[in-house]
Amino acid sequence: MGAIPRTAVIDYGMGNIHSVSKALEATGHQVRILAHPDAVFEDFAPSHLVLPGVGAFGEGLSRLEKAGWVPLLRHWIGEDRPFLGICLGMQLLFGESHEFGTHRGLEIFPGSVVSFDPGLGKVPQIGWNEVRRTVDHPLWRGLPPDPDFYFVHSFHVRTADRSIVLGETAYQETYPSFVGRSRVTAVQFHPEKSQRTGLALLKNFGAL
Amino acid sequence: MLKKRIIPCLDMKGGRVVKGVCFEALRDAGDPVETAALYDRLGADELCFLDIGASVENRGTLFEIVERTASRVFLPLTVGGGIRSVEEIRRALNCGADKVSLNSAALANPSLLTEGALRFGSQCIVLAVDVKREGGSWRVYSHGGTRPTSRDAIEWIVEGVRAGAGEILLTSMDRDGTGEGYDLELLERVSRAAEVPLIASGGAGTMDDFRKAFAAGADAALAASLFHFGTVDLRDLRRTLYNAGAPVRPPLPDLPEERP
Repeated sequence: MGAIPRTAVIDYGMGNIHSVSKALEATGHQVRILAHPDAVFEDFAPSHLVLPGVGAFGEGLSRLEKAGWVPLLRHWIGEDRPFLGICLGMQLLFGESHEFGTHRGLEIFPGSVVSFDPGLGKVPQIGWNEVRRTVDHPLWRGLPPDPDFYFVHSFHVRTADRSIVLGETAYQETYPSFVGRSRVTAVQFHPEKSQRTGLALLKNFGAL
Repeated sequence: MLKKRIIPCLDMKGGRVVKGVCFEALRDAGDPVETAALYDRLGADELCFLDIGASVENRGTLFEIVERTASRVFLPLTVGGGIRSVEEIRRALNCGADKVSLNSAALANPSLLTEGALRFGSQCIVLAVDVKREGGSWRVYSHGGTRPTSRDAIEWIVEGVRAGAGEILLTSMDRDGTGEGYDLELLERVSRAAEVPLIASGGAGTMDDFRKAFAAGADAALAASLFHFGTVDLRDLRRTLYNAGAPVRPPLPDLPEERP
């Protein structure tokens, strides 16, 4: 085993971070919740960064910008340091969103964020659904072939870049629910609410 | 494929589980956190905490229990009972709840659904509706089923979804506690009318009742005493439903003993 991961959870006022922090602690992470990026350099010196979040894309992005997180995120991801986006924290990495108007995202990954269609089925998607493994990745280590994870969302990602898709899920259409490039990863589902399967993924993240 | 959910519900009063759970594995059958941890190990898809005491002075206790539970059990958690304001919704979510269910407060003030949905997203706003059959329709009751309202169930649910509710927790008061099965006609009617996920509640008595509720259009089925009294074992229920081809999560292999 490597060193204990020192994991910073970004608190930008978008939803509950209690569960994320507790689930990370339960899987061997030393966790610090950070509301301001300066703290990353000052005293904590994290090895791992987690961007959680539930809520509206535009609101989330403007809160990240206001608190000054965007340059740090770009730098961190540019250096391929261990990163995990969860739910809204995944969607924000993409090019643009059409949630309540059009917003430009962080454009770390190519693609867009679109809504499920209430005409095709119930929205939001709430519940357990499979994530089909498309490409192997260290985060998949020790997990069953197509495990169920807990999802709660009304919007999802579409991308033409198959190289970043690590897993996909079918609801109305087949969409990427797990993406990543090297050590920069993101999931649409909630590992912190997915019992043992989710905890196994968070533990794998700590080993990145 | 999105799975149908099995949801044990813990009714609480003054911070204790009412109708204590009959399991030898539990040191304290009245402790909601221990009970939640047990249901997690047995493979519940989600948990619901309902504060039936719902007194204002107990609200702090409820939030403290949610926080302790969410620190130990990593599955979706819905909290309800006496939550009346956006501030109380915020507190519940910050303590680690994923969803908040609103009942009487939404009837008194439907805009609470809208305010909650705008602030936190409709996915965490559950509209809980208690209904009683009257001929071919169902009347909505408030205050824990003690007060009839002038509202028709289907109309109120459609209005509630339009106002911002992202899920419906529908309890048949006629069936609640009877073990005669969920009110399938009610589930069919509401499922057709509401465009959001539907949780069936009230009447589960056998494993097959769950399968029937799912077939009638429910996205999840909730039960309390059935699980608490051990009438149906959660693991057996999942295995049986799964083997019968119901769209539920597969059974998990037995877990090793929990770490101390």
